[in-house]
Amino acid sequence: MKEIVVLSGKGGTGKTSIVGALAALAQSKVLADCDVDAADLHLLLRPSEKMRTEFWSGKVARIDQDRCDECGLCQELCRFHAIRDFQVEEASCEGCGLCHHVCPTEAITMRENMAGHWFISGTRYGPLVHARLGIAQENSGKLVAVVRQQARKVAEEQALDYVISDGPPGIGCPVISSLSGASLALLVTEPTLSGMHDLDRVLGVCRHFGVPATVCINKYDINEENTRQTEEQCSRQAVDVVARIPFDNAVTESIVRGVPIVEYSDGRVTREIVTMWRRISGASEGSSPA
Amino acid sequence: MRISIASGKGGTGKTLVATSLALALSDRHHVQLLDCDVEEPNDHVFLRPEITGRETVTIPVPKVNEEKCTHCRKCAEVCAYNAIAVLGNRVLTFPQLCHGCGACSYLCPEKAITEVGHEIGTVEWGRFGGVAFVHGRLTVGEAMAPPVIRKVKERVNNYDIAIVDVPPGTSCPVVEAIKGSDFCILVTEPTPFGLNDLALAVETVQELAVPCGVVLNRAGIGDSRVVDYCSENSIPVLLTIPLDLEIARLYSRGIALVAGMPQWKSSFLELFDMVTELVVERNRSAKR
Ligand code: SF4
Ligand code: SF4
Repeated sequence: MKEIVVLSGKGGTGKTSIVGALAALAQSKVLADCDVDAADLHLLLRPSEKMRTEFWSGKVARIDQDRCDECGLCQELCRFHAIRDFQVEEASCEGCGLCHHVCPTEAITMRENMAGHWFISGTRYGPLVHARLGIAQENSGKLVAVVRQQARKVAEEQALDYVISDGPPGIGCPVISSLSGASLALLVTEPTLSGMHDLDRVLGVCRHFGVPATVCINKYDINEENTRQTEEQCSRQAVDVVARIPFDNAVTESIVRGVPIVEYSDGRVTREIVTMWRRISGASEGSSPA
Repeated sequence: MRISIASGKGGTGKTLVATSLALALSDRHHVQLLDCDVEEPNDHVFLRPEITGRETVTIPVPKVNEEKCTHCRKCAEVCAYNAIAVLGNRVLTFPQLCHGCGACSYLCPEKAITEVGHEIGTVEWGRFGGVAFVHGRLTVGEAMAPPVIRKVKERVNNYDIAIVDVPPGTSCPVVEAIKGSDFCILVTEPTPFGLNDLALAVETVQELAVPCGVVLNRAGIGDSRVVDYCSENSIPVLLTIPLDLEIARLYSRGIALVAGMPQWKSSFLELFDMVTELVVERNRSAKR
């Protein structure tokens, strides 16, 4: 089983559209939406939910006002400034429990926090594992880990060849959680100056965690000079550029229709993605890319 | 006045709005631009500010004095993040997991734990013309963005107009960045993805009780559902920027919209006036 995670640094580069296309192209796979904050993949894959599970994670302090002597120790020690006037400000509480341990009157309890849900669903393209983090919740990294773990389990049970996941934006905790131990990171970038900066940082994270990376330049024709520089940037780091996808309004049209681009149009975008998938699947099976 | 610029989804034009708003205002006002998207900070690409100061961001992580430690396991029991473990007669620490809460050092009965700084990022500041600039950068391989964001926000002065560029998403780094704002501008695009993520962003700012309005970017693609959603939910659409090849080209070259197309400046000034009016109105009705 191979695990391919699609990342983009900033987001908005077309990552989800590409995952949607791969969902339609790859034969034997389970899909995972690891962008648990702002999941969009379901808009293309239209899943029907089969199983829903609560995600309990982290804790939040609660002060029992009847027991509190207002000594102020918790307030003084909390490094997240989450306690004010003997009340816990839940959005700031990181659940470390220091206040609970030190309170001389045992007025503080740590309450489990229901931080979201995760789902196993069926789609026209195969099973999808996805999740929904509650608004303003922490621990998106842990929820990403649950989604991946469940997707792998599905792949094993059904003897599927691939786990294809739509990764979160950025380079921090949820990205690390979606990336570590994956077989391949497909980085979708745009030929913009800011895109090149972002790409450098995501490549750094891949290197840091020892995950092989390959790059897809999306909308390459909005700035061909930057595309050339992105290719150089990649070759300097010995990273392959597996695809150059042109800008085409058909991509947005397909999103509006709620279908993967490869099922909406057979234009250049589709042809390029098909070639890209051949290369990736060929390469990850050990034969050298064409 | 503190205005944050957010979007549920990345790549909708948050950076474009933040940099152009700051530049447009800088002729008339003192403006601070604070890039809190510390995982992928990009505002500097468009402003090219002269950096005049730098500070490393550290969090305090435990360091165990083996001579004092009796391997009682108290530290491992209290750590909520499995960042410290006692294995036989050794104590192992995992700085990448540590939140720097201080529980282990405070509660160690032998006073065997001291804290040392572990670097997780940097904050830099400087100036571009009339804009005072600050940004943070999470070190590659580190997981915890919020402490870096907090450090960037410590530099908000309360005299100037502060514009805060917020990371994408709806979880803890976003909350950390938006907290304390008078108003939040949500940037989105008229597609089903844009709508889905806008609705999440709206829920987030409502949770924080910060008033919001929408900037619609790349208008002309997609469909009308975002505009319908805004009118159904009484969310003002403050500015509409069309899908335009020229704008996309400027962006790709790292040129701020109002720098490349100065005719846009008045639109951003109007955007600011609308936001000011909404904030004043809200404060007035809150007092009543
Ligand atoms: S709490 Fe202190 S004495 Fe006990 S195992 Fe930890 S470091 Fe050692
Ligand atoms: S400081 Fe807090 S998070 Fe870090 S190791 Fe100690 S108890 Fe754990």
